[in-house]
Amino acid sequence: MRNFKSFKEDFPIFKNVINFTYLDSTATSLKPQTVISKLVEYYSKYSANIFRGVYKISEEATKEYEETRTVVADFINAKTENEIIFTRNATESLNLIAYSLGREILEKGDEIITTVMEHHSNFVPWQQLAFENGAVLKVINIDDDGYLDVRLEKVITKKTKILALTYVSNVLGTINPIKEITASAKKINPNIIVIVDAAQAVPHMKVDVQDLGGDFLVFSSHKMLGPTGVGVMWGKENLLESMFPFMYGGEMISEVYLDKTVFKGPPHKFEAGTPSIGEVIGFKEAIKYLKTIGMDNVRRHEKYLTLKCIQTLKSRFGKNMTIFGPADIENKGGVIAFNFGKYHPHDIASILDEDGVAVRAGHHCAMPLHNRLGVDATVRASFYIYNDENDIEKLVKGLEKVKKTLG
Amino acid sequence: MSIYSELILDHYQHPRNFGIIVNPTLKSFVSNPLCGDEIEVAIKIEKGKVAEIKFQGRGCAISLAAASMLTEFLKGKPKEQLKKINKEHMIKMLGIELGVNRIKCALLPLEALKKL
Ligand SMILES: Cc1ncc(COP(=O)(O)O)c(C=O)c1O
Repeated sequence: MRNFKSFKEDFPIFKNVINFTYLDSTATSLKPQTVISKLVEYYSKYSANIFRGVYKISEEATKEYEETRTVVADFINAKTENEIIFTRNATESLNLIAYSLGREILEKGDEIITTVMEHHSNFVPWQQLAFENGAVLKVINIDDDGYLDVRLEKVITKKTKILALTYVSNVLGTINPIKEITASAKKINPNIIVIVDAAQAVPHMKVDVQDLGGDFLVFSSHKMLGPTGVGVMWGKENLLESMFPFMYGGEMISEVYLDKTVFKGPPHKFEAGTPSIGEVIGFKEAIKYLKTIGMDNVRRHEKYLTLKCIQTLKSRFGKNMTIFGPADIENKGGVIAFNFGKYHPHDIASILDEDGVAVRAGHHCAMPLHNRLGVDATVRASFYIYNDENDIEKLVKGLEKVKKTLG
Repeated sequence: MSIYSELILDHYQHPRNFGIIVNPTLKSFVSNPLCGDEIEVAIKIEKGKVAEIKFQGRGCAISLAAASMLTEFLKGKPKEQLKKINKEHMIKMLGIELGVNRIKCALLPLEALKKL
């Protein structure tokens, strides 16, 4: 195992941006040189379209592209690579499921269940789908410590068709017990489709889709050291077979006649048009990089930093510091949302930025959650493999400056 | 340079014209759901002039300082000035350089005027 301090060296942004403390990996991660080099390799050596050419570089691009599918399938332990669909991002993956599956199976009076801690991308598609199909949207609440109310027998009925929930909250950091929730949901209603938003889980911990037992799981490449423009939708093959395409066009059909079209099977049925070829190819380098570190080590490192950061913030600022989400680090990812004294999150973020500390301020695309917490906005600091104790020190210094500046 | 200049901090810590007017001639309310900022501006017009102008609400230092400076500037001016004041005036008055995200905070009070 390498010392985590040395990981910064692999990320060229730290050489190019001086005095840079990046604490916003929940929004997007930084990129290691291997990923950047792979993008350059595609664009400079075999930048052809895939599937279409019989010439050499098109075949090479196709092989590299499809190889990422295999690497992703292996990374999350999918049964076959046909269960891996490339989209633009986690948001598109969720919308795809809502459109291709949700619209087909939901009838008037059916129920969709989601939670109050969702990112808007796993909330609004279901809310709108419920409006469209006359279904009922039920929202699972949290307790004051940021844990989901897992008394599912209170919400799930025979009419519940979909349960969509996040694995890790992008604000509270809460790690939901997906395996247990899925098992008890399916016990109450075996036909329920469980959709897991793993945008904040797959980058930070080991995820095994077969072990979890859900039906769909989505995430984004850009949050796990990979390029932007690539999302993943994992789905069980039999469900993917039965679903309608999301978009029609090239690459997703096997035969087209004037009066009918025969679609390809999954995964290509869901990948109409030219995808983000170079970015998908670059994505596999991100996964390879994470695998050499080991996801258990990634998680251990983030746990260490998160605990240290929470302890430091509390000891330095005491009652002025309100931290949201679980106190037990075993159930919390590397995300710390907080409010500090009477200061507005935007002012805090701006003053931290003066000294190169990048944090987020706002509702982090989780307005229902902020309403539940009774606050308009929070400041959010989040960790990844390239962070270390110095970053915590910088954050604390920055907060001291906030106090000094704003009085 | 810090956007928290002495002038901004002075208006943030000692906001001018903060409060309500009992029988205002004009009143408007704006909010930015992104950060929860809310500002209400109330004005009393007498003899074609801004006889009284007050604001209340909550927000970040930039939006509150902007509201304070704007009301201070407008008090006593002919009422036509309410329509004339624009983004460029606001930015000049604040005297700081704001990025695309924070500029919204600074312009929130102006938005309230536009809605009068
Ligand atoms: C929990 C969660 N779900 C979904 C998303 C959406 O990801 P993307 O913007 O890449 O589609 C995010 C991104 O912030 C997230 O944190």
